[in-house]
Amino acid sequence: MATIVVDGVEFEVDEGQNLLHACLSQGLELPYFCWHPSLGSVGACRQCAVIQYADADDTRGRLTMACMTPAKDGTRISIQTETAKQFRASVIEWLMENHPHDCPVCEEGGECHLQDMTVMTGHTQRRYRGRKRTFENQYLGPFLNHEMNRCITCYRCVRFYNDYAGGTDLQVFGSRDRMYFGRTTDGVLENEFSGNLIEVCPTGVFTDKPFSESYTRKWDLSSAPSICAGCAVGCNTFVSERYGRLKRVHNRYHGELNGYFLCDRGRFGAGFVNSTDRIEHVGERVEDDFFDVLDVEVGIAKLAEMIRQGDVVGIGSPRASLETNVALKTLVGEAQFCTGMSSAEESLVDLIIQTQRATSADIPSLSDVESADAVLILGEDVLNTAPRVALALRQTVRNRALNLAGEAGIPQWQDAGVSSHAQGRLNPLFIASVLPSGIDDIAADLLHDVPLNLADCGFAIAACIGEATGSEPDFVRKAAAALRSAQNPLIVSGTSTRTRAIVEAAGAVVAALESAGKVPRLLLVAPEANSFGSGLIGGGLDMNTALQRVASGSTKTLIVAENDIFRRAERERVEQALCTVENLVVLDSLDTPTASLAGLVFPAATFAESTGTFVNYETRAQRFYCVFEPRHEIAPSWRWLAQAATDAGRDDLGWTHVDDVLEAVAASPNMAGVRAVAPDAGYLGSSLCKTPRETPRFSGRTAMNANVNIHEPKTSVDEETPLSFSMEGLNRDQPSALLPFVWAPGWNSNQSVFKFQQEVGGAAAGGDPGVRLLASGSIGTMPARSASVRSDRGGVDTGFRLIPVQAIFGSDELSSRSPPVVERSSAAFMIFSPMDAERLGATQGMGVSCSVLGATFAVTVDAAMKSGYVGVSVGFTGAEGELPDGLIGLAVDPNYRPTPNPHDRVIARG
Amino acid sequence: MEVGFIMILPLVVGAMLGALVLVWWERRLLGFLQDRLGPNRLGPFGVGQMVADLIKLITKHDWVPPFADRLVFTLAPVAIVAAMLMGFAIVPFAPGWHIIDLNIGLLFFLAMTSLAVYGVLLAGLASNNKYSLLGGLRAAAQMVTYEVFMGLSIMGVVILTGSFNMSEIVRAQEDLWFFIPQVLGFVVFLIAGIAEAHRAPFDLPEAEHELVAGFHTEYSGMKFALVMVGEYLSVILTSAIIVTLFFGGWLGPDFLPPIIWFSLKTGLFICFFVLLRAAIPRPRYDQLMSLGWKILLPITLVNLLVTGAVVLLAKG
Amino acid sequence: MISQLVSLWKVFLHLFASNETVQYPSKKKWWWSKPTKVMPYLAPRYRGRIILTRDPDGEERCVACNLCAVVCPVDCIALQKTEDENGRWYPEFFRINFSRCIMCGMCEEACPTYAIQLTPDFEICEYDRNNLVYEKEHLLINGVGKYPDYSFWQVAGKTIFGKNKGEAQNESPPEDVRSLLP
Repeated sequence: MATIVVDGVEFEVDEGQNLLHACLSQGLELPYFCWHPSLGSVGACRQCAVIQYADADDTRGRLTMACMTPAKDGTRISIQTETAKQFRASVIEWLMENHPHDCPVCEEGGECHLQDMTVMTGHTQRRYRGRKRTFENQYLGPFLNHEMNRCITCYRCVRFYNDYAGGTDLQVFGSRDRMYFGRTTDGVLENEFSGNLIEVCPTGVFTDKPFSESYTRKWDLSSAPSICAGCAVGCNTFVSERYGRLKRVHNRYHGELNGYFLCDRGRFGAGFVNSTDRIEHVGERVEDDFFDVLDVEVGIAKLAEMIRQGDVVGIGSPRASLETNVALKTLVGEAQFCTGMSSAEESLVDLIIQTQRATSADIPSLSDVESADAVLILGEDVLNTAPRVALALRQTVRNRALNLAGEAGIPQWQDAGVSSHAQGRLNPLFIASVLPSGIDDIAADLLHDVPLNLADCGFAIAACIGEATGSEPDFVRKAAAALRSAQNPLIVSGTSTRTRAIVEAAGAVVAALESAGKVPRLLLVAPEANSFGSGLIGGGLDMNTALQRVASGSTKTLIVAENDIFRRAERERVEQALCTVENLVVLDSLDTPTASLAGLVFPAATFAESTGTFVNYETRAQRFYCVFEPRHEIAPSWRWLAQAATDAGRDDLGWTHVDDVLEAVAASPNMAGVRAVAPDAGYLGSSLCKTPRETPRFSGRTAMNANVNIHEPKTSVDEETPLSFSMEGLNRDQPSALLPFVWAPGWNSNQSVFKFQQEVGGAAAGGDPGVRLLASGSIGTMPARSASVRSDRGGVDTGFRLIPVQAIFGSDELSSRSPPVVERSSAAFMIFSPMDAERLGATQGMGVSCSVLGATFAVTVDAAMKSGYVGVSVGFTGAEGELPDGLIGLAVDPNYRPTPNPHDRVIARG
Repeated sequence: MEVGFIMILPLVVGAMLGALVLVWWERRLLGFLQDRLGPNRLGPFGVGQMVADLIKLITKHDWVPPFADRLVFTLAPVAIVAAMLMGFAIVPFAPGWHIIDLNIGLLFFLAMTSLAVYGVLLAGLASNNKYSLLGGLRAAAQMVTYEVFMGLSIMGVVILTGSFNMSEIVRAQEDLWFFIPQVLGFVVFLIAGIAEAHRAPFDLPEAEHELVAGFHTEYSGMKFALVMVGEYLSVILTSAIIVTLFFGGWLGPDFLPPIIWFSLKTGLFICFFVLLRAAIPRPRYDQLMSLGWKILLPITLVNLLVTGAVVLLAKG
Repeated sequence: MISQLVSLWKVFLHLFASNETVQYPSKKKWWWSKPTKVMPYLAPRYRGRIILTRDPDGEERCVACNLCAVVCPVDCIALQKTEDENGRWYPEFFRINFSRCIMCGMCEEACPTYAIQLTPDFEICEYDRNNLVYEKEHLLINGVGKYPDYSFWQVAGKTIFGKNKGEAQNESPPEDVRSLLP
């Protein structure tokens, strides 16, 4: 700790930090632009100028930039001195010279850091009367708007996009006062984290395009803390609503998980909530594809009758909350319950849980990932299955520079110094994967092979860590050496190739590191937001057995909760089962192929309209809160089930509130921790009031619904959660799991997040939310290597073996129904080796048809693909479900017409 | 001591009608004083307004708040009006025109005004509303305070007359209205009278800006009307007593009958009460109390002392 | 004390001053005479019924910035932004609930484009409160109202139809970022 004196007041601050960081951590107000807690300091904007004094007798002092000055013990500075204030006012005046008169028509207005800082410095009158510099804008794809006139040249965008996120297509051009931040030509910003530019840009150069289409000012949004449903990382988000529509998703700071950044799937993938495909009423099928809307009571009575008759099988879902899954499991009984994961996936998730339990290696949070110093990625395409992990891995590798800087005595926040001292030296990252991925550029070494060979490679590394024979392949030897010499080695693997052996190999590497005396960490990725929750709940039936049982006709009723079974098993198997069963009941939010086969459909609430719990890859249970009341008859699935069960005379599902269900969840094995995730509905906090979803400036209250009802009915009282549906209450001092939005007086932008942190860039003020359900430590035994069946590789004549390939935009079920993600995702594709493509007579851009999958795929040729194998985009049309084993015949489809890529067109500039 | 039973009915009807007319007249006069017109739409000069008001008040829902003490809540306005009407019993409107010519007439008047406090206090308490309670408390404190000077201020008159009998007091003024020798007593009595009637500017018990409507916040319909009638009756009564004690009652040149003289003088004071309401802002409560105890009390005591001394000296 | 008496006297004198009252909507000389219509003088800046005006080019002035809505003390303005194919912002709907409006004029003060203006028309009573909910089609007039020459888009930096980058007031033409000239 160091003691610094600011305007005559002493403060105890962290010595390793710069003055700006220290001052903000102490709650002092100091304007800044170019500094960002995750990006460090470059001293570009000159906005955080303070006067620094040599000693107590020095009265003149000298002007320094707070962000570039270390907070050494005894530093004496003044923020309030007139010289410093004048200097800062001049800086902002210069920055504002060319800033357009755009605030009313700017999406950043009202949450603009530039506005806040202009007000803070007191610049109220424009003196500059000259001409303003202008720029042409660029088309940047479906996610972002570009408005270059507004730029104040802080360089944050390129520093985030290129240095932090590893992008290459956003650059800075021009000279002197014509700096241009954009691409060389119009086109989609390719990086998977481009959406963060919205939050990184201190003004309105990069704004949220889908949000802009039905734009609402920040003060008019009612928001709630939520958890991203896009993948198993469970990033914390703010989800915002107005007029009954989900408007946008913003990052909610979590010190251990997502920090300041989200991936684009998470940010733009929630649009399905507003989809026209939403199921809004209870429906009963009268004939094919036609449903009659039923009265709610009638629908529940029908379901109750089916429950009364007994013989019910329930299929849950890894994309549904713990509450829904436990409700269904309680309703049908463990022996009749299936988690809803495909058989292969479920066995993998079980294996992962078994492995994580058996090893004493910790499951790393993302901040742990960033602190690792050697990484092996085994067979998992994290950039496409758990994108935020990939962003963390970029920092892991870059952190070598921090270590080097530490040795050289360069402060960690000195961004330019740190990176130029490192000269591009990185922590070792070894990637063994099927295909090249977007993070190959930071890898020390790469290995591309088919999944089983990757597993072999993993076992070889494990063996080599124990004892090197010298005859190992290069990759194996280097990876083993790097892991062995590391302090905090990290192994990343997962389920995306659906290969058991790969997870087993990852476990073997960790075991080898442990026996070599290391403290390794093991990160295993599962595909969906609640895959780990489903895995921990478990069920008596796996998907294939369940479908078999249903298809055999011995089951009267099948209840499917928020699941599209066609994505969980082969088509024939599913069709057979769903068409055999007498009563098919589907509860879902979106119209899916499964729902359209159902006899009885109930409208389920999405994550934005209900309160529930997801369990992420760390087995961290996290609560998401209902953002707005669902329209029509939409209700959480557990409520439908509980009501019907109570109607049917069951007394164990008499739940009325989500807290009641949570009691039941907590009673199940492994789940004891879920009650501590967030306070229950009765929580009022020290100020004895609820937490408001609406901001204090929320407008239009007496006019929003005046066209429907002039009488302004009372705001509904939220009995489910500690949040209120109005602006009543205080957004202050609550546990951070309950933080609905960030705002502080004078800090309208998302930069106000530091007011909700224990210190800038540290843990969230009320502690980082979530509770890990699995404690670390060795319980059970490490799964042994199973004998994997080696099959022959395929070929053009015999057919190909299919390998699942994941895509960030399109593989995930829910986000791929969000309009901007649809626009960004490609058509279903297959990846061939050059040799196979040539022999098949296919070239890039042609189509191949697959009779087994019943669909046509765009051909992509990749030199890294092994001959005899074909990578198939899973989750896309034709490949929604599990890929068939065995050799699959493919043929060039002469009628295939590629769908025009929407990004090829250049939208009128402006 | 004969009781003028014949007078009772005309007096009650007259007083009530007077209060009713006053509702309209006060608003009209206030309007003129503030460069407005006041109620002028209904009937000639807007006199229809009072009928309209009456109809409105009578036809209003007779509502008692569920949290109020029903019995006391209902009786309190009656008590106010009854006490005020009783006060009229001793007023000599003209020679022989009175209900009862009590030897202790003045004391009876003081007793009746004191009783009216109970009405106000009980209304405030029975409403079971914090504003009403505060209003009731203020009324009690204010009236108890000003009762003292009211009583003391007219003792000068009693010394000069040597009687509590109202008619005798009037007759004693045939040479000189007591307004001249008892100017201090008059001023104090006027102020105390306003405070007793809790009229502006001393309407702190119902101060709208702080207490909604003070002790009668919860009142509506006819009960509210009774409270208001009580207030206007008290204005009339106070004016009548001032005229009787200091301005020679019915006395006046012969070209008009005594009753007209009495009415004119009383009407003038009623108008003066309205002027006060138009011109003087409401003091703070502590100012009101300190005015009473620190200024008015010494003045009345001095007045009493001097009057007593002069009378004793004059008697030799 | 003296001042109290002086004020009593001064107020008393007002008894003889002429009245300020304007007997809207009609006036009678005597109570039996026929009423004649009376309309008070309303200054041009009198704050009555709210309208939305148009730019000199005839397009909607409102850019749906929401400032009027947020400044409204009774929260009686609700709107939703949308934009045309050329990027010009306008409200998809614009609703004022006049049964809540207190005619304070804060919306007019907050409006950066002079779109929302208050007019000297105060006769907007209705028997049915529903009729006091004004939508955009009820509010929008075919004229510029006050500030006839002001056009927000001519000073803003965004491109709209008919105004490209660099064509607004006080703007230099778009920079050629490929130029390295000093």
